[in-house]
Amino acid sequence: MASDSTKTVSSALSPKQIGGDAIELMVMALLLAASIALFSFMAPGFLSTGNFSSMALQLPELAILSLAMFVPIISGGLNLSVTFTANIAGLTTAWLVKGALVSAGFASLPLAIAAGLAAGGLSGFMIGVIVAYVGAHPILVTLGAMIFLRGLGEFLTRGGDISGMPEAFLAIGNSAFLGIPMPMLIFLVAAGVLAYIMQFTRAGFAIHMIGSNLKATEYSGINVKKVTIILYTLSGVLAGLAGMIMLARFNSVRVGHGESYLLITILACFMAGANPFGGFGRVLPLVLGLMSLQVIASGMNLMGASQHLATAVWGAFLIAVMIVRAPFLKKT
Amino acid sequence: MMDIAISAKHISKVFGQVRVLDDVAFELRRGEVLCLAGENGCGKSTLIKIINGVYTPEAGAEFQFGDDKVSGVTPHDARHRGIHVIWQDLALFPHLTVAENIVFDDYVASPLRPLSRKKAHDEARRIIGKIGADLDPDMLVEDLSIAKRQLVAICRVMRAEAKIIFMDEPTASLTAREVKALLDIARTLSAQGISIVFVSHRLSEVLDVCQRVTVLRNGKLVGTYPTEGMTQARLSELMTGRELTQEPRAAGKVGELLLELQGLSRTGEFEDVSLKLHRGEILGLAGLLGAGRTELAHVIFGMHAPSSGRMFKDGKPLALSSNRDAVAAGIAYVSEDRLNLGLVQNQSINMNTAATVLPELEAPRFFLSPKRIRQLTADWIARLQTKVSNAELPVSSLSGGNQQRVVLAKWLATKPDVLILDCPTVGVDVGAKQGIFTIIRDLADQGMSIILISDEAGELWYNSDRILLLRDGRLVEEARPSDIKEEELEGMINA
Repeated sequence: MASDSTKTVSSALSPKQIGGDAIELMVMALLLAASIALFSFMAPGFLSTGNFSSMALQLPELAILSLAMFVPIISGGLNLSVTFTANIAGLTTAWLVKGALVSAGFASLPLAIAAGLAAGGLSGFMIGVIVAYVGAHPILVTLGAMIFLRGLGEFLTRGGDISGMPEAFLAIGNSAFLGIPMPMLIFLVAAGVLAYIMQFTRAGFAIHMIGSNLKATEYSGINVKKVTIILYTLSGVLAGLAGMIMLARFNSVRVGHGESYLLITILACFMAGANPFGGFGRVLPLVLGLMSLQVIASGMNLMGASQHLATAVWGAFLIAVMIVRAPFLKKT
Repeated sequence: MMDIAISAKHISKVFGQVRVLDDVAFELRRGEVLCLAGENGCGKSTLIKIINGVYTPEAGAEFQFGDDKVSGVTPHDARHRGIHVIWQDLALFPHLTVAENIVFDDYVASPLRPLSRKKAHDEARRIIGKIGADLDPDMLVEDLSIAKRQLVAICRVMRAEAKIIFMDEPTASLTAREVKALLDIARTLSAQGISIVFVSHRLSEVLDVCQRVTVLRNGKLVGTYPTEGMTQARLSELMTGRELTQEPRAAGKVGELLLELQGLSRTGEFEDVSLKLHRGEILGLAGLLGAGRTELAHVIFGMHAPSSGRMFKDGKPLALSSNRDAVAAGIAYVSEDRLNLGLVQNQSINMNTAATVLPELEAPRFFLSPKRIRQLTADWIARLQTKVSNAELPVSSLSGGNQQRVVLAKWLATKPDVLILDCPTVGVDVGAKQGIFTIIRDLADQGMSIILISDEAGELWYNSDRILLLRDGRLVEEARPSDIKEEELEGMINA
């Protein structure tokens, strides 16, 4: 019997299962280091403070949207409405700042931001309720939500944009603390909080469990409907946060802004080792992977390459990561 | 001398450091029904894969098929010689009809030529008739029971002119009645000169239908024995290498009434079920698959609402709106479907053990302590003597018996006073079964009340204080093991 059990264990032992987290982290760290090394060598001015702060300024939109995508992916789902949720959250805040709350004075900004995040959360909440109670596949539900939010936003703005936010709000986009641009700080805090939630709370535990097997999780006495609602709400709030940063950086909000990020957020999660079938994945490799993407974009920009070429390189990079990782994940 | 269908000698296989098979010999005669028996991990599957050419054995192997002596086999060879394996997952296409599944190879052979529905239907009819099965060629496979699907798989290999059929655990999820039907078909095929190898660890049926049994243990051949005169006890001994003695449970001292069901019904599932469960009692609930046994357990566990009737625990009415209410009321349920419902197979042993008691592991609030999770798991591994090399490994890396201990651990961690065990030894080795029942008996001795659901008479007879028989959704009989014989109980269950 003893030899039996050791044998079953060793034959099932793969890095994905036992050292998977460490390997993902290592792969992502190596890629980040390699891309920084490559561009410091090839791109003039890459190692300047200016470049680093501009990277730190540009990264957070995509990065926070990726966090919003990460949560449902771990649960075995997807949230295709993250970009339009961000737009709706931005719209909500912009309207309140310029309209209803204009007379609220000093309190108007925090209130408007809270309302924007709440709008994002509400969108996620509705998705969560439908996924949990109707049992429809998250791809369908969030695809519906995506089209609904886009239509709603375009209807309300008549396809135009809202701009001209007060200085105090724009500070979110262009101020810095200890030399780190505010958007980057917001992203790092959001990533830290999310990593904590996923690793050290009951909700995070349950999100991983339902990602692997919803039925068995329910049979264990975990309230899977509640968890589903929580996780989509969390995704919505994070998307809303990305919306706040976009609004502050561009001083305007338009429905459709950031739309092209959608598929990249999904790929970034898979690139960082999140299991496409749910249940596994960590925040830190995702953060490192996103940083690599930004390094590539900025480095190529400094080299004078077209932005479109940079997008192509991203695609190639994402595929390359999958190839690099493959041997690590084969059975030992 | 009998006709030899397959003879393989000096078969060894090494994976990494582990010698999975060590100089094993295997012989199958024409028209014979042979059982290949042994505990999980003894090398049964590896041996089958070598004979089918999936794995290459270590040097020195000799094969003989009929009169052909060869030194190696490829999968193509094996097919050519009419050797087929029906694996446990059956590899059928659920969205196709029975007929389409049976003639599937024709689609593969000429993918572009449209196949007449009528021809497929007629051909399927012919094959179904040949094996004497009761199948409707026009049904979708997904609408069939596991037992019927198995017959479809047999038809499919018969269509490919199989001469030798290996069946991997064909009876694992069948009811006793379905097993009988399958065994009848095995006899029909055997009479047509087809050799069949059953890989099984259900012992009674093995002795019933097979002429000989080949036993493997830890990669070595123990021997091949005629089944005539072989007892179940002797066979378990050969498989495990130790004597397993089963003592009937001493007529226990059961305590006061704990759980009572009054006229409990759920439309279409079970009707008017009334029963009483006492403290420290093991109540056997005997019934075949489909008798309403799992459905009843689901209602007691709060997964489904009853359509009528009442439940009381400690004299107080029980109203359960979800299984969380049941857990809070001290009721735990070990599902018969360990693979899909009992455990989250991909996740770690730690997470699976902790899943039922998360609030207790959260301290301070909003901090789920990994250390407490590990401690909890380590405690239960020690208490139930689960064989675990690393609790961070996915629970799927464990053998059936050890997985079942993890299921028990996760439910015992909730400190239940009513434990419902739904076929707790499905897919568990002979040796490990004994260990599971030792745990269950100890729990009852410590005052836990247990409902043991099963269709295996022996299991119920040896371990229950009292047995209720569920048939077609109704409780039809009550007996004490001391009042009836094991064989009588077997007859009652399968009547």
